[in-house]
Amino acid sequence: MPIKLTEEMLSQLPDARGHFGAYGGRFVSETLMDSLMTLEKEYLRLKKDPEFQATFDKDLAHYVGRPSPLYLAERLTRETGGAQIWLKREDLNHTGAHKVNNTIGQALLAAFLGKKRIIAETGAGQHGVATATVCARLGLECHVFMGAEDVKRQSLNVYRMKLLGAEVHSVQSGTRTLKDAMNEAMRDWVANVDDTFYIIGTVAGPHPYPLLVRDFQSVIGRETRQQSLAQAGKLPDALVACVGGGSNAIGMFHPFLMDESVQLYGVEAGGLGIDTGQHAAPLAAGRPGVLHGNRTYLMEDENGQIAATHSVSAGLDYPGVGPEHSWLKDIGRAHYVSVTDDEALAAFRHLTRVEGIMPALETAHAVAYAIKLAAEMDPEQVVVINISGRGDKDIHTIAQLDGIEA
Amino acid sequence: MSRIAGVLNTLGEQGRKALIPYITAGDPHPDQTVDLMHTLAAAGADIIELGVPFSDPMADGPVIQLACERALKHGTSLRQVIAMVRAFREADQHTPVVLMGYLNPMEAMGFEAFADAAADAGVDGILTVDLPPEEADDVAPLFTARQMDPIFLLAPTTMDERIRAISEHSSGYVYYVSIKGVTGSASIDVEEVARKVANVHRITALPVGVGFGIRDAETAAAVGKVSDGVIVGSVLVDTIARHQSDPARLQQALTDLLSPMREALDGLAS
Repeated sequence: MPIKLTEEMLSQLPDARGHFGAYGGRFVSETLMDSLMTLEKEYLRLKKDPEFQATFDKDLAHYVGRPSPLYLAERLTRETGGAQIWLKREDLNHTGAHKVNNTIGQALLAAFLGKKRIIAETGAGQHGVATATVCARLGLECHVFMGAEDVKRQSLNVYRMKLLGAEVHSVQSGTRTLKDAMNEAMRDWVANVDDTFYIIGTVAGPHPYPLLVRDFQSVIGRETRQQSLAQAGKLPDALVACVGGGSNAIGMFHPFLMDESVQLYGVEAGGLGIDTGQHAAPLAAGRPGVLHGNRTYLMEDENGQIAATHSVSAGLDYPGVGPEHSWLKDIGRAHYVSVTDDEALAAFRHLTRVEGIMPALETAHAVAYAIKLAAEMDPEQVVVINISGRGDKDIHTIAQLDGIEA
Repeated sequence: MSRIAGVLNTLGEQGRKALIPYITAGDPHPDQTVDLMHTLAAAGADIIELGVPFSDPMADGPVIQLACERALKHGTSLRQVIAMVRAFREADQHTPVVLMGYLNPMEAMGFEAFADAAADAGVDGILTVDLPPEEADDVAPLFTARQMDPIFLLAPTTMDERIRAISEHSSGYVYYVSIKGVTGSASIDVEEVARKVANVHRITALPVGVGFGIRDAETAAAVGKVSDGVIVGSVLVDTIARHQSDPARLQQALTDLLSPMREALDGLAS
């Protein structure tokens, strides 16, 4: 039975040391502690500063194009034959994904802190593109770290980042994916801590990152709440979002945590199947440990070495997850499920054909699960899928699977 | 008194400085680590820092990253590293051994099981790179209760108030990271280190070891002059990488690196 959440409980998550229950915290080498404490102090001050919030809101409206629509997918609903399926169109944001909500916020923080050099890690490249974009706009030097494997499978986004003036560093260490990109970004930060701001793209990392990324992304859930009441005449019955690090999911879920009637579903990458071990689903099949500055569910071997992950989608190919998701799992407030590569690919094709909306492969995981879920629900019920990103960047991957050289 | 405090006290009384080499356990092969530890001790090591390999060594540069990869390729686990210390102790009951690594392998083993096994094998100190004192409340007391020293890092960015707090959580020595950067990166600014270490000495009575960026006898002497000991890592690990296929040559190469450092440090005392 899930515990009853109160306003007071939520206001203390994370607590003063960045903990969400047993998760979160600040597990970094000493060199970074001073910067993290300064960032925390400044962010907590700016969070209450009307001028900072007004600037953030204005940028979201006029640069990102918010609010993003909540769209009733009528044909998908009809073909599924169950609950109404609504799509929260984060794919329509400038740069094509939810990631930009957070990079706008963190770039503002960097400006307030007087930092001129920006670093970021990226998996699918969406966060890298969103970071390069805000850096171009603000005239900041931008370095993006990306695993060599991801550089290969997301070449379009690599080129976009370069066009935007960012330097893309291909990371050759470890498994050459998102986790290694994050290691390398941390190493760069330690060496350049005086003039550099690290824009982390997900709700993981050391405190205060899981807090501030969640706050910046919560605009998704706040809008969805209002739009659902106005357009569907009720709160949603279920929210579905994909979970890699979990930033789009937490942004969608957080404003609904107190609404007990709203079921929350986070969809992890099941890869080739959870039982094959070839997946990226730490909440489904991992255990708590410490990586990248926070305690959270991880995929690791019996000796505590981080395991290699597999997902067709680069953005979900990560062995950890944001600490707040670990907490939501343990208290039973959110359900964490997984879908396989094949199910996600089928959902990609299906949504493209029946709605003319091509989702990112990450997002396709949420679509796949939502279709299964909606089919079991009643027509008066409302399911909202967070369409966290558009699929243009994945066309090359899909074409290769189809045997076409795009 | 811990074995570490005993050694550092004696050196202090003699006006000598500690030479603290670091190698990654299991690199180039788990079968060689105990021999290499004896080589380090014979070449003048006062304390040995033995790295526990981790898949994601966030605070380390390429040299130690590759060492971790070599060690992990042979499946070197934390339990095996503890067994190496036990084997080392059969022939050497004097040289303190500090395990240096990341938190997750310890957490996976279970902190209490780890503390028991490490203490039983003859480990003397634990340095966990990604565990600041704020998060160490459940862990460090397990070490202290078993006469193992929890050793924490101080950085150029650590403010005085934090230096005080970290020192209060530490025993044995504190490890001052001489540069902003990962292991094996930039060369150090000795004057800056001197100023910072003098400040640390003002705040705590604990011995201060300085690491990151010490590559030869000259830098060892310069840093030794202003601190209580020098920690030498990447240059040794790099040597291991270059001679990984020839164990005899490797032992000689490590000795050739450390002996001049030993002499240079002892030259400071006279």
